[in-house]
Amino acid sequence: MSSRSGLAAILTLVFATALALGVAAPRAFAFYADHQLANPQQEARAERIMQGLRCPVCQDESIAESNADLAGDMRELVRKMVAAGDSDAQIRAYIVARYGQWILLKPRFELSTYALWLAPVGFLVVALVGIGFYFRRLRAAAAEIASKPLTADEKRRLDRWQAQNPENT
Amino acid sequence: MRAAFYIPLAAFLGLAAALGIGLTMNMRLLPSALIGRSVPTFNLPPVPGVRPALSSANLKAGKVVLVNIFASWCVSCREEHPILMALAKSHVVPIYGIAYKDTPKATATYLANNGDPYQRIGEDETGRVGINWGVYGVPETYVVTKTGKIAYKVVGPISAAILTQKVLPLVRKLEAEP
Repeated sequence: MSSRSGLAAILTLVFATALALGVAAPRAFAFYADHQLANPQQEARAERIMQGLRCPVCQDESIAESNADLAGDMRELVRKMVAAGDSDAQIRAYIVARYGQWILLKPRFELSTYALWLAPVGFLVVALVGIGFYFRRLRAAAAEIASKPLTADEKRRLDRWQAQNPENT
Repeated sequence: MRAAFYIPLAAFLGLAAALGIGLTMNMRLLPSALIGRSVPTFNLPPVPGVRPALSSANLKAGKVVLVNIFASWCVSCREEHPILMALAKSHVVPIYGIAYKDTPKATATYLANNGDPYQRIGEDETGRVGINWGVYGVPETYVVTKTGKIAYKVVGPISAAILTQKVLPLVRKLEAEP
């Protein structure tokens, strides 16, 4: 009994200290972080842009999904820019200028990302060429063997096999 | 053995090594997209009664400065605070502060309790100026050149080692430039 009330007292103290130190999450200012735009077309456009922007805090989530504070601020920013009439490209460029290409979940197709986009095609081509060479070599080997007459030993083994498997001859 | 065996093996090992390096890289250490560029344009209100306000014009005044983005609610800012205090006392380079997503009252209390290393402070209540600086977490510290270009960025609490090995040599080098 006394140990439980002791624990409660400690927890109270911890929370009080946390509050006093201001460790609690910062105040939420951003209205449009969690409120949709009134115009459904604008909201759909904002939604599409937000899906494509990486949250700088939880780096494998888009700002549309993330609960991070900064993601909320960025949602507000995107919604306000959409409402102000900025184009999709303008909004993305604004954020890329500040956070870099890396902020785009789908990287642009440009000089620094050619390798990224073209590597899968490259691997496919290499694999197809490799398979082509493999079959060509197989066919060449088969043709070479077929062009030679059987040796005496091969002839004897073939005769024996045929005698044992008459249904296959 | 033959090339047909070694070439794919070498290709595989090369790819595995490249991807391995990529996997073990610390994503948080990505360089700022703003390095080499001018500081974003902003004009922030002061913390009344504490320090003068901060705007981008103050960063283009022909002095090398540090811009430290901090918040009273940020735990790791407390970690670096003594280092900033010591740096402020040394008068090597002025430190300007941006109080990110904070209130003037909370900022004033924080600085009254922990000391105030800043010569100017801009109060960024909404965090909008923070986004203009490309912050992804507080604290962040930027080295700004005499002409207001961002030369370097430290993400996370600044350590004595980063300060003496990276930041201060860079400050001295930039100070020597016209």
